[in-house]
Amino acid sequence: MKKTSVETAVGVFVLIGLISVAYLTIKLGKMDWFGDDYYTLDARFNSVSGLKAGAVVDMAGVEIGQVADIQLDNQRQVAIVNLKIKKGVILTDDVIASVKTSGLIGDKYIRLTPGGSDRILNTGDMIIETESALDIEELVSKYVFGDAEK
Amino acid sequence: MTQSYTITNMLAGLGRMAISPVQEFGRVAIFFFRGVIYLFSFPLQADKIIDQVYFIGTKSVFVICLTGAFTGMVLGLQGYYTLVKFGSEGLLGAAVALSLIREMGPVLAAIMIVARAGSAMAAEIGIMRISEQIDALETMDINPVRFLFSPRLGAALISFPFLTAIFDVVGIIGGYVTGSLLLGINSGLYFSRVESSVLMEDINGGFAKSFCFAAIVVTICCYQGYTTHLRKEGFGAKGVSLSTTSAVVLSCVMILVADYVLTSFLL
Amino acid sequence: MTVPLIEFNQVFKRFGDNAVLKGVDLSIYQGQVTAIIGKSGIGKSVLLKHIIGLLEPDQGEIRFQGQAINAMPAVARRAVKMKFSYMFQGTALFDSMTIYENVALPLKEKGQVPFREIQRRVRDKLAQLDLAGIEDKYPSQLSGGMKKRVAMARALVTDPEIVLFDEPTTGLDPIRKNTAHAMIAQYQKTFGFTGVMVSHEIPDVFYICQRIAMLDQGRIIFQGSPAEIQNSTEPAIRQFIRGQDPEATQAALSER
Ligand SMILES: Nc1ncnc2c1ncn2[C@@H]1O[C@H](COP(=O)(O)OP(=O)(O)O)[C@@H](O)[C@H]1O
Ligand SMILES: [Mg+2]
Repeated sequence: MKKTSVETAVGVFVLIGLISVAYLTIKLGKMDWFGDDYYTLDARFNSVSGLKAGAVVDMAGVEIGQVADIQLDNQRQVAIVNLKIKKGVILTDDVIASVKTSGLIGDKYIRLTPGGSDRILNTGDMIIETESALDIEELVSKYVFGDAEK
Repeated sequence: MTQSYTITNMLAGLGRMAISPVQEFGRVAIFFFRGVIYLFSFPLQADKIIDQVYFIGTKSVFVICLTGAFTGMVLGLQGYYTLVKFGSEGLLGAAVALSLIREMGPVLAAIMIVARAGSAMAAEIGIMRISEQIDALETMDINPVRFLFSPRLGAALISFPFLTAIFDVVGIIGGYVTGSLLLGINSGLYFSRVESSVLMEDINGGFAKSFCFAAIVVTICCYQGYTTHLRKEGFGAKGVSLSTTSAVVLSCVMILVADYVLTSFLL
Repeated sequence: MTVPLIEFNQVFKRFGDNAVLKGVDLSIYQGQVTAIIGKSGIGKSVLLKHIIGLLEPDQGEIRFQGQAINAMPAVARRAVKMKFSYMFQGTALFDSMTIYENVALPLKEKGQVPFREIQRRVRDKLAQLDLAGIEDKYPSQLSGGMKKRVAMARALVTDPEIVLFDEPTTGLDPIRKNTAHAMIAQYQKTFGFTGVMVSHEIPDVFYICQRIAMLDQGRIIFQGSPAEIQNSTEPAIRQFIRGQDPEATQAALSER
């Protein structure tokens, strides 16, 4: 009798704990338990300065995925960004990926601008057209000191 | 002659002072590893582990919710007044969630568990030691480390991450209470910031910390109780009280030290 | 003569400045109940704890069936230890467990005895010691004498080959004391176990023990049969078994 009540209490505790863990990992950590909610695409950028793994990928202001991973392509010395895109979002091969900033000094994210081609991108494909991060410092210095090179 | 004697004596004293903490650390480490081995040796002590989860986990839920709520609320308050200076109070959700998940949750939950369960463990095992109950176990061919320490270790490894998760979630809600309900940040913004800022790495880091703290806290508390009879400064009830005090103090210090070390590895 | 089951050979033990055992030689034979007598605080409990390995000698050795215990490999040592059972002077009952759990623990932890069998044996032992009906109480709810008897039940529940009793009857009323003594004697008859009993029950131990050893000033000053000790002419022994302290008696007499 006493034993079962202890076991029930422990069960309730473990349940509450599991709910909390699930909230943290699934809702906040965006852990995809089944792994097939997303497909992945790569994109090459000259610079992704400020972009972090986990940043939002959006299209027309709607979140459609996340940045899974950022690496350096050692041969071409450019950044390779691995994007997780929700299944069901159909992208074509002329989509443009650009690194944007929310607000003046806010987080960096990736904006996808749709194209008009009819070739659809699948897992592992590469987005060819990209625009790199806008470097505010560089912009300001260009504006202030003029463009020396051109 | 006497002078050189004094000097060698002092040097020997210094040497002892340097060696004894190292020796003590080694003994604690051996104690811990014995506990781990016996935890997984058959027959498994599931019913004892459940009893201890009840004691360490279930009975700590209330105090964890209470401290979690107020920690989240004060973070909301402090964060708001800091962020509002930069006009970015919209980031409050991120600030609250990240500080809770990365730091405050694991550390404060562990310290609360030390206060609630760790001290009790040290006292209980200490009393068993001075009243010869541990000797009695040995005469019955029951390994006292296996019987007393391993179930507590197992239960702590189960309970700490859950309690930390509960602390985090309640804390995030507490931040929402001050940030949105009292100070008027849009509640959708608060939660979307919470969701977008927290990464899986942060959560994994928080759990890694809570596992480490669990091992540290139980090992220190049980070891202090287990070695009560070896104390030079006090015997009997006095020895138990000293063990309990040093278990709590040492655990808290080691939590913060380990937190620094782990954070520097995880970042 | 046969090889003693347990043999102390020049055992020394000190705690800091307090030398308790100063060269103890003692033989304990299989199948006999040996009583260890001596003044309080003289080191009888310390001696008993050496037998089961709770304390290690500073010097000298303790042999089990002719083999030095501290030279045995761990496995053999454990096998020896399993034959023993120990009843503590301070009972050492687990105060956060019920009486039933206390007595059942040595059986339960081995994991080899089925649940029903444990239950039956625990109930039997408690009933024999006049303790039926207190299974669900906690040690702190019992009187000192009851705790002693629970400790005895716990020591005997595994039917051990060798039992070490540290003052098993101190604090019991005369009736319970006789029950306990009768139980030890009857046990010896049924199981032929070996007992070592620290006791102050001076006339009684002469009837239930086959061998008496007296510890004084860190040494065994006498070991032999009850008849021998009763006929001893050694003044220290004579005074002890008659309960006389020569100096105190002298002082009390001269004061008058
Ligand atoms: N663990 C210990 N540490 C220090 N001194 C001890 C310890 N155990 C016993 N002693 C000392 O050994 C002596 C003998 O104690 P004990 O064997 O309990 O006496 P008794 O013959 O009454 O059983 C006492 O002086 C006691 O203070
Ligand atoms: Mg004694």
